[in-house]
Amino acid sequence: MNTSIVDTLIPPPDEMVDRPNYLNSEFGLKSWLLTRDHKRIGILYLISVSMFFALGSFFALLIRLELLTPEGDLMQPDTYNRVFTMHGVVMVFFFLIPAIPSVLGNFLVPLMIGAKDLAFPKLNLASWYVYNLGGLFTLWAIVNGGLDTGWTFYTPFSTQFSNSYVISTALGIFITGFSSIFTGLNFIVTIHRMRAPGMSWFRLPLFIWAHYATSLIIVLGTPVVAITILMVAAERLLHLGIFDPKLGGDPILFQHLFWFYSHPAVYIMILPAMGIISELIAAFARKRIFGYRFVAFASIAIAVLGFLVWGHHMFVSGQSLYAATVFSVLSMLVAIPSAVKVFNWTATLYEGSISYETPMLYALGFIGLFTLGGLTGTMIATLGIDVHLHDTYFIVAHFHYIMVGGTIMAYLGGLHYWWPKITGRMYPVFLSKLSALLVFVGFNLTFFPQFVLGYLGMPRRYWAYPPEFQVLNVLSTAGASILGVGYLLPMFYFAWSIRYGKRASENPWGAVGLEWDTSSPPPTENFHVIPVVTRDPYDYTSEEVHRRTTEEAPVG
Amino acid sequence: MEQELPLFPESASTLAPQVDALFLAWSAISIAFTILIAVLIVYFMVRYRRQSVDEVGQAERAPAWLEVAWSIIPLIISLAMFAWGAQVFFEIYRAPKNAVEYWAVGKQWMWKFQHPDGHREINTLHIPVGVPVRLHIQSEDVIHSVFVPAFRIKQDAVPGRETSAWFQATKPGVYHLFCAEYCGGEHSKMTGSIVAMEPEDYQVWLAGGPVGKSMTASGADLFESLACYTCHRPAEETVAAGLAARAPRLEGLYGSEVRLVDGRSVTADEEYLRESILNPAEKIVSGWQPIMPTYQGQVTEEQLSQLLAYIRSLSATTGAPAAPAPTPPISPISPTPSAPRDPAVPARTEGQ
Amino acid sequence: MASTLTDSHAHVSAHVPAHVPGDPQHHRSLQHHFETLEQQKDASTLGMWLFLVTEIMFFGGLFTTYVVYRSKWPLAFMEASHSLSWKLGAFNTAVLIVSSLTMALAIWAAQVNRRKMQVGFLMLTMVLGLTFLGVKAVEYQDKFEHHHVPGPHFEWHEPLPEGVTSNQVEVFFSIYFIMTGLHAVHMICGIAVLGVLAFYAWKGRYDSTYYNPLECTGLYWHFVDIVWIFLFPLLYLLGAHVH
Repeated sequence: MNTSIVDTLIPPPDEMVDRPNYLNSEFGLKSWLLTRDHKRIGILYLISVSMFFALGSFFALLIRLELLTPEGDLMQPDTYNRVFTMHGVVMVFFFLIPAIPSVLGNFLVPLMIGAKDLAFPKLNLASWYVYNLGGLFTLWAIVNGGLDTGWTFYTPFSTQFSNSYVISTALGIFITGFSSIFTGLNFIVTIHRMRAPGMSWFRLPLFIWAHYATSLIIVLGTPVVAITILMVAAERLLHLGIFDPKLGGDPILFQHLFWFYSHPAVYIMILPAMGIISELIAAFARKRIFGYRFVAFASIAIAVLGFLVWGHHMFVSGQSLYAATVFSVLSMLVAIPSAVKVFNWTATLYEGSISYETPMLYALGFIGLFTLGGLTGTMIATLGIDVHLHDTYFIVAHFHYIMVGGTIMAYLGGLHYWWPKITGRMYPVFLSKLSALLVFVGFNLTFFPQFVLGYLGMPRRYWAYPPEFQVLNVLSTAGASILGVGYLLPMFYFAWSIRYGKRASENPWGAVGLEWDTSSPPPTENFHVIPVVTRDPYDYTSEEVHRRTTEEAPVG
Repeated sequence: MEQELPLFPESASTLAPQVDALFLAWSAISIAFTILIAVLIVYFMVRYRRQSVDEVGQAERAPAWLEVAWSIIPLIISLAMFAWGAQVFFEIYRAPKNAVEYWAVGKQWMWKFQHPDGHREINTLHIPVGVPVRLHIQSEDVIHSVFVPAFRIKQDAVPGRETSAWFQATKPGVYHLFCAEYCGGEHSKMTGSIVAMEPEDYQVWLAGGPVGKSMTASGADLFESLACYTCHRPAEETVAAGLAARAPRLEGLYGSEVRLVDGRSVTADEEYLRESILNPAEKIVSGWQPIMPTYQGQVTEEQLSQLLAYIRSLSATTGAPAAPAPTPPISPISPTPSAPRDPAVPARTEGQ
Repeated sequence: MASTLTDSHAHVSAHVPAHVPGDPQHHRSLQHHFETLEQQKDASTLGMWLFLVTEIMFFGGLFTTYVVYRSKWPLAFMEASHSLSWKLGAFNTAVLIVSSLTMALAIWAAQVNRRKMQVGFLMLTMVLGLTFLGVKAVEYQDKFEHHHVPGPHFEWHEPLPEGVTSNQVEVFFSIYFIMTGLHAVHMICGIAVLGVLAFYAWKGRYDSTYYNPLECTGLYWHFVDIVWIFLFPLLYLLGAHVH
């Protein structure tokens, strides 16, 4: 009864045409490239973002291979510098920041609040084009030889000393920033103005709260990094003296401006992931999220506090001891809303009705890894420890626990959870559980040794290292290969399921939420009739679930 | 060495045990919380696994006291750890008064060190055990960072300003020195060693070391060659020469309070002296004309350190001015009595 | 199957209004995904305000940089500022303020359904914007001729007070060119949008029932104007009392 993405490029035979949905409403490449449907744009983003993820992973693979041996014997140091820089640039700006908001957020925000589309559909499409344009600039830089400044662009290295493609990469990031701004602006307006009748703020799913908080950060933070990056490019191009100490400039000012955005950017990456986890836990424990309002406000609190802590990246830069003290205590405060979320998720499981579907495995994995990632975050926010740990592998391990163990786990969990809604097909169960297991094991094996390496004192961005660090590095590389398999599997079986997967029902999980009230895949305007909301979110009752799970038997 | 699997770094400074205690305490807290969450998750997963297709969870009973409790407890823990961490931090960055002064200059991709008596080394720094060492850190090009894991210290070298770090080694040995801030091409080769030696051995080593002028002596030479002394000279000498004083005297200046024309008063610390040399018009001392030219671009970072060392030395002996210098001083007062020097010993090159 | 969603979680309201000509729910400018024209207007106005917030943050980064260096080298900034013509700056300020007025009048013309006046005021606003850019071009050219453009060809021959280096003056000009340059880019975008609006206004798209694009563009235009009102004293009027 449903159609897949592949089918829509070629009109399917008559007998397969069924209820109109957003995939079969129009056909041909043009219908995709000029679409204003938020669901189609979500899929366009899924394709772009996956390509950048593959590229970033390839660089990660090269890094891990180089670090197998203490001598830098695979590539030249200069090549290695470019590889880790491009790994960072691609993953941060072209995968982690856009992944969840632009793919799942785009698809789900209007569905979850009962709107026909985002407030500005053309802007939404423009955002995808702008994203790709920025990506092209960056790819051009990569193809020509890449960038070697680290993703942080620290001056004066980036402005005066680097011999790589700083300007084109900076422009790529500048341009891509606009795509984030367009998306964030669209979400805020949509959530404010387009909610279905009865959808009050405290009936919003937590996914929406998380995206609202994320959008606030995007709108407030992205312009600052845009202008900062632009100044770096201008300084390099025109030999201005804004950040160059030789011309009287101040390199530390760059760090302030850069981290003013780039620390909140970390929350752009993790907040939507937290939103997904709230949805998954509620759906697979069949229970209202424990302390709904606390979790909702925790998102906003994280967004606000996130703007006040940037200086914790600069504890050893020579800033005043008192400034460092203030930044440290504020950073500690961010731990509180994060801890509140973890406790509430765990408490939601209590007296729940827990099923072990694949998305739930990812969600539970997320809680564990995020807990460790968050706690190590408070460790390095502690001044006395950070002096030793700053710029070591401990930092690398910490932010990979948040970014990979947190964001990517949640992203994969969310993709599995909403895959039936997006494509109308189920993914293969066994393979998906296997891949969840591989990701969890591979991830820990890759990054846990890096905590130890960091405390031992191995600095990050090293292409060669003292031999006593080798055993731990080999463990890490071994883990990365398992992790790689865990990521490759879903790519294949998702693609496979588009054509061959079991057809999904409207609501395969018996979940509550407006997105499960419409057909799979949804029609172009999302709902056949605009819904009126009369109940709180995650309001599970036996009768409801009984009706949903029995009435909607999957159609083969 | 090759097959070892170290799990904890060597601890070789007075600061290291403090940092380790803080780290281990935090680790214990982290592990305890992670295990708590993991055990709860596994227990709930088993205990509340779904028994039938249409089963749902129990209705929520979220008592407010629970939310408050699990907000307050982490808050208290993290604030306590913050306070502890801040205390250690201040310890790490506040050098004791009696610290012996060393200099480090980072440039792509090497570290240049200088001992108080003028010994120079590249990428290796010999220091005595049991003596507090204050390292003045500068950079000639991009941002670098001095990182000695065994001492648990790290400090960025920022071009255009001087930073400093201190440590006191507790046991002899050879310890890694890393550049921790990514600085381009050979960043991972910008490494070296800190060789901590028993003080007697250090003296022996020094005695075999190369001849070099001390920082203070080099500073005094510069003071002459840049003609600083034409304005900054002892008052009695100015009077003797029948001239009007044109600039404040520098003896006893370092560490003192200086009143500025605009009524403010500042402490004459390194930052102030540095600024006064590079940007004299920035802070004009009360009672003097802004006639000093800028030395921005005319002195290198290294020379600046030498000048600062010299100016500091003028305040080293309490009250008494430095040796009156009809010609600029050739035997400046060493800032640290514990660092002897012996110019008679032939040179020895130190390198990687 | 759509009916299933009505059961308990959500129930349907009768959202099938008959088509009534002149009904604001079926205005020709109402986009399909909005329910009413008012909702559409609210959304685009909120969107525009949010966009202006991003603009404030964008220029905020520059103002921060300005503040840092001005407090570091007040004398150098004063010297450099004196080389700018405050008369041209003041003239441009006046031009922009008048253009804000004509922009507001264009919106008023739409509200009272006067098409030609609408087009006229929009064109006038564009002309004033172009005047501003023309004056700016003259100023830039002057800077080029005097080698006051930062970079390898920067030269500074005026006498400088003690302690002020030409590097510091150059930093002022770096900031000057980035700030006024980005402001000019905003002006150019604004003029382009005004051109499109003038075209549609001429076609008669905007009237008292629908003039939101004019209003949003007006917000943007006023914002760009306000940025200049900050830039003018910060760049042109430093320490004017000294000379």
